[in-house]
Amino acid sequence: MNVLNFINAFFSDSAHWQGYDGIPTRLAEHVQYTLEALAIAAAIGLPVGLVTGHFGRGGNALAFIAVAGRAVPTFGLLVLMTLSLGFGLINVMIPLVVLAVPPILVTSYEAMRSVDPAPVDAARGMGMHEVEVLFRVELPVALPLILGGLRSAAIQIVSTATIAAYVSLGGLGRYIVDGLYQRNYEKVVGGATLVAALALVTLGLFWGITRLTVSRGVRRSA
Amino acid sequence: MIRIDSVTKRYPDGTVAVDRLSLEIPDRSITVLVGPSGCGKTTTLRMINRMVEPSEGTILIDGKDSRQQPVNTLRRSMGYVIQNAGLFQHRTIVDNIATVPRMLGWGKEKARARARELMERVGLDGSLAKRYPYQLSGGQQQRVGVARALAADPPVLLMDEPFSAVDPIVRKGLQDELLRIQDELGKTIVFVTHDIDEAVKIGTMVAVMRTGGKLAQYAPPAELLSNPADAFVEDFLGTDRGIRRLSFFPSAGLRLLTTPVVAVDATAEQIAARATAEAPYLLVTDMDGRPLGWSEPGDLTAGGVDPARLLPYGRPFVAGTDSLRAALDCAVLSPTGWAVGVDAEGRVTGVVSQQTIGEAIRGAHAKGRTDAEAAR
Repeated sequence: MNVLNFINAFFSDSAHWQGYDGIPTRLAEHVQYTLEALAIAAAIGLPVGLVTGHFGRGGNALAFIAVAGRAVPTFGLLVLMTLSLGFGLINVMIPLVVLAVPPILVTSYEAMRSVDPAPVDAARGMGMHEVEVLFRVELPVALPLILGGLRSAAIQIVSTATIAAYVSLGGLGRYIVDGLYQRNYEKVVGGATLVAALALVTLGLFWGITRLTVSRGVRRSA
Repeated sequence: MIRIDSVTKRYPDGTVAVDRLSLEIPDRSITVLVGPSGCGKTTTLRMINRMVEPSEGTILIDGKDSRQQPVNTLRRSMGYVIQNAGLFQHRTIVDNIATVPRMLGWGKEKARARARELMERVGLDGSLAKRYPYQLSGGQQQRVGVARALAADPPVLLMDEPFSAVDPIVRKGLQDELLRIQDELGKTIVFVTHDIDEAVKIGTMVAVMRTGGKLAQYAPPAELLSNPADAFVEDFLGTDRGIRRLSFFPSAGLRLLTTPVVAVDATAEQIAARATAEAPYLLVTDMDGRPLGWSEPGDLTAGGVDPARLLPYGRPFVAGTDSLRAALDCAVLSPTGWAVGVDAEGRVTGVVSQQTIGEAIRGAHAKGRTDAEAAR
């Protein structure tokens, strides 16, 4: 009755590595849900956060939205969506996006606000357009914080996307939900381990992205 | 030429930052805007490149209204240097400097070559090219700021308190460097500072502004120091404006005495001959003619002097090159009341007493008055 035994048994069973309920399929589904939710959340949160941060207006409204977004119970929203819309991927996407938008929105806004105003003034004074100021002066300096916001959003989505299984969709949550139902704890632990591993991989991925995209001048002086 | 014509800046809350200011900024010279905080000097500067739009009045650049061309075209034709440099921390030094040329569409290599050329011009070592701003000292960063502003060779340079955030020694170095660069490049520079010493040192013309955005006086520094327009300007110039004004009088006319100067290997006859009533002390020099110190003639022994027993000679002035202010300073600092004049190599060319310097100052003042009257 050891967790490690469960993990070992789960991963060494060759039946778990193939078929529509195999690890590769479930992992791919989980990654797919995560990427879709993150892409939608970023498409909403980044532009709004960057533009409001650039102009320095609307901070209070953003804080309100963020608090409201964080207060929404993800699972409750999922159940509500399913009751009103029936089964479908969108029911899962909406709660995940609601979960992921606040960290992206708030950190990108804060990141833009925290950029030193002197280089921005210098950039305008040398005749840069506002768009150039945003993308060439502010964004490169704000990038580490912005990536931090995306990272927390991604990790939250990875761990929360397990709820998709409650509304008969796939993903790694399948193992947890099915395992609990079947009293198959080997499956439950195996599924949870996979989710945790995926979260760690996500963390590593963002570390790599930060290394590649953030200028050495910013990384060292921040 | 930049002409500020009756310009007012009024903010929506009714604050008047600049009040009907008119100023003609001559080409290829340094015009300094100076005044206490809140006098509108920075606002005035920022209206020239339209970082702030005037509420009333016009700013003409070479006779054309600055609003006639697109704002970014206008700004690209003017270098802009701010306090703390405002460097882009994600870019290397060379890429910081290359910013405007790149914006103007230069190729990367050409812009970088230009940037390296400018690093040399502002006194930055080429090895810093690939560094990032955080790796540079405040003074070095400010040099990069100046180089960046000069990169596209704009005719105009706007400088907003560029040297205020560095320590006094570095600031002096940067000021000297700016004057040297200006000698080479001849830009039209508008320079904002709250430091009247800086204004007097680097300005060709100095505009003193008072709180409320009004012009108090617009004159060359020497004129400002000799004829302050009113009590405000006089007060702003400080208590030692008489002394500072001496910076503008050359020491070339000073009569230097060579009699009270003896070499360290002097004979007893030489020492006796050099001691006159006019000069109670003798200056002892080494074999190359560089000063060692003062001594009373009676304390000197022929053929050998103990340098430890000599009185210090203070800081010598370069005769002809330094101003009367430097000469007077030497005399005041000297324990004997005599200043030591040297040539560019540091060899003694003669000595001069406080009294003689005082006569030269009175003469210079008298000449200044006659010149001023002749000008009128």
